Amino acid sequence: MPAALQATLEFLRAYAGPLIASLVIVAVLPLIAGYVVLVERKVMADMQARLGPMRVGPHGLLQPIADAVKLLLKEDIIPEKADFWIFWLAPLVSVTAAMLSMAALAFGPAFQIARDINVGILFVVGISSLGIFGIVLGGWASNSHYSLIGALRSAAQLVSYETAAGMALVSGLLLGGSLQIRTIVEEQARQGVWFIFLAPVAFFIYMVASIAETNRAPFDLPEAESELVAGYMTEYSGFRWSLYFLAEYANMIVVASVATTLFLGGWMRPFASVRWMGWVDFLPPLLALGVAGYCVYRAPRQPVPVQKLVMLGVAGLCALVALLLAVPLLLPAAFFLKAGIHGAFWFVAKVGAYIFVFMWLRFTLPRYRFDQLMRLGWYFLIPVSIVNVMALGVGLVLHWQYRVNLWLALGGTTLLTLLIALWLVWADRKREAEALQARGGPGTPAADSYAG
Amino acid sequence: MLDKVIFYVFGGIAVVSAALVVTRRNAVHSAVFLITALLATAGIFLQLRAEFLFVVQIILYVGGIMVLFVFVIMLVNLDVALQQIQFSRQKWVALLVTLALAGQVGAMLWWAGQPGKKTLPLPVSVAAPAEKLPANAEAVAHSLFGPYLLPFEIASLLLLVAMIGAVVMAKKKV
Repeated sequence: MPAALQATLEFLRAYAGPLIASLVIVAVLPLIAGYVVLVERKVMADMQARLGPMRVGPHGLLQPIADAVKLLLKEDIIPEKADFWIFWLAPLVSVTAAMLSMAALAFGPAFQIARDINVGILFVVGISSLGIFGIVLGGWASNSHYSLIGALRSAAQLVSYETAAGMALVSGLLLGGSLQIRTIVEEQARQGVWFIFLAPVAFFIYMVASIAETNRAPFDLPEAESELVAGYMTEYSGFRWSLYFLAEYANMIVVASVATTLFLGGWMRPFASVRWMGWVDFLPPLLALGVAGYCVYRAPRQPVPVQKLVMLGVAGLCALVALLLAVPLLLPAAFFLKAGIHGAFWFVAKVGAYIFVFMWLRFTLPRYRFDQLMRLGWYFLIPVSIVNVMALGVGLVLHWQYRVNLWLALGGTTLLTLLIALWLVWADRKREAEALQARGGPGTPAADSYAG
Repeated sequence: MLDKVIFYVFGGIAVVSAALVVTRRNAVHSAVFLITALLATAGIFLQLRAEFLFVVQIILYVGGIMVLFVFVIMLVNLDVALQQIQFSRQKWVALLVTLALAGQVGAMLWWAGQPGKKTLPLPVSVAAPAEKLPANAEAVAHSLFGPYLLPFEIASLLLLVAMIGAVVMAKKKV
């Protein structure tokens, strides 16, 4: 059929760049997710005064590859009473949603698949929210009570916290004045300030809500291992299980990227608009060079000869990265590369910092109870986020129409939001105390069942 | 050409999965096909360069309403639901409504086919290149808060009334 062939060729000619970029994402994302898992295990081990994985490769550097091989070779079990097609479909939905939402993300000014999409940030949020169907359908199809309860919890949690997250995003978008990712970042460059400083409350709300949306501790009730075995993935094993795992970590990267774009200045380096801070540009190559030097220094101390070689290989890789980062700075001919390479570095660094805070919270805070989670969402986060959007709007109108200083206007309205948040906390405490009293809590003498 | 291919693929998916929604016995399967139909409709919006509608369709219908649908379906005892009658018996009303709808669609198609009346060329191909079109979200905002301000506010008032009504019905003692 020449017509179909012609259409295919036309498609390929027009979209070769985006196609290659999406292939890169699909190919590299599992590797990145594996290494995020390794970093998480290392961070956890460090916080608990242990060493973490040390056996495979120097300092466990090859552990993710060993884990991947193990997961691929594991037996793939589909329960007899499970709904076969939906059980089969569910993990795919989760992974597809997480990967597809990356299409509109801009990892630096040069690397973005869907460049001209006008509603980029909404695209990312909308598509990544489809991942919930993978969790809910998987939990239902497993035909197991643990899975079903996990799925129901996940759905309730997502619906509750998506509202607050959406309102927090609206605050950022009001400041940026656009839905297009590129424009939002460029607007932060133009105004010379990251939006986290203009809307700190919105950033905080987005952070809490994004932890809940990615089912991470302390909000990991859908997979609470002490109550539900493994929640919605109880009946999954082997490769299908690892798909869920991949989706969870990919979602973390997505929410971190959205927060970075909207609140942390995207791919801009810190103090991008301050002229005398230009020396910050030299930090990334020096950092990479320092890591390379440390690897060389540590190489002779590895216990096994193979590990010495691997360590030197890692040092070489770091030196290569340092070279890549340094070339645009040292060679005037290659200066046009600087925006792309350094932008990507800063973007990845900010995403990494955001994910590190996720890990930090995970190993610091105990898990919430489900009613506490719902109360936090509905009685605190959603009202505060609504108030915050309105206060921010008032502040911006004061600035635009009445020429009030931007910092004064936004500072005042932020203070107002914080006062209302304090009042909400107080009201919640009071309501809880009253409920306890009504149930016959410790305050009432009649409830002492041991008396007499 | 590419526009046509995309339109017919998404349209076909939408029609087939819409038919499957009503014929599946299992409510969860129906819900999955409903999600597919809604996503395919969103795809057609994207093909029409209505990016904002595409995203809103996904966020609201698929990401919001369908999650609640699936949530409720899981609380229902499916074994009991499977025993019940699948279709209601109001054949004559259904036939009437279907005929009226088919008549409308047919009239529209016939109207579009008339020479000189270029209202609805099917499948719709966008004449202007993407860069020439006004930014989609802005265009929607200008029409919603410009000429259609009153209908928009009335619609939101209606939704507010419905929301309060739902709360009152759910909570007997307010």
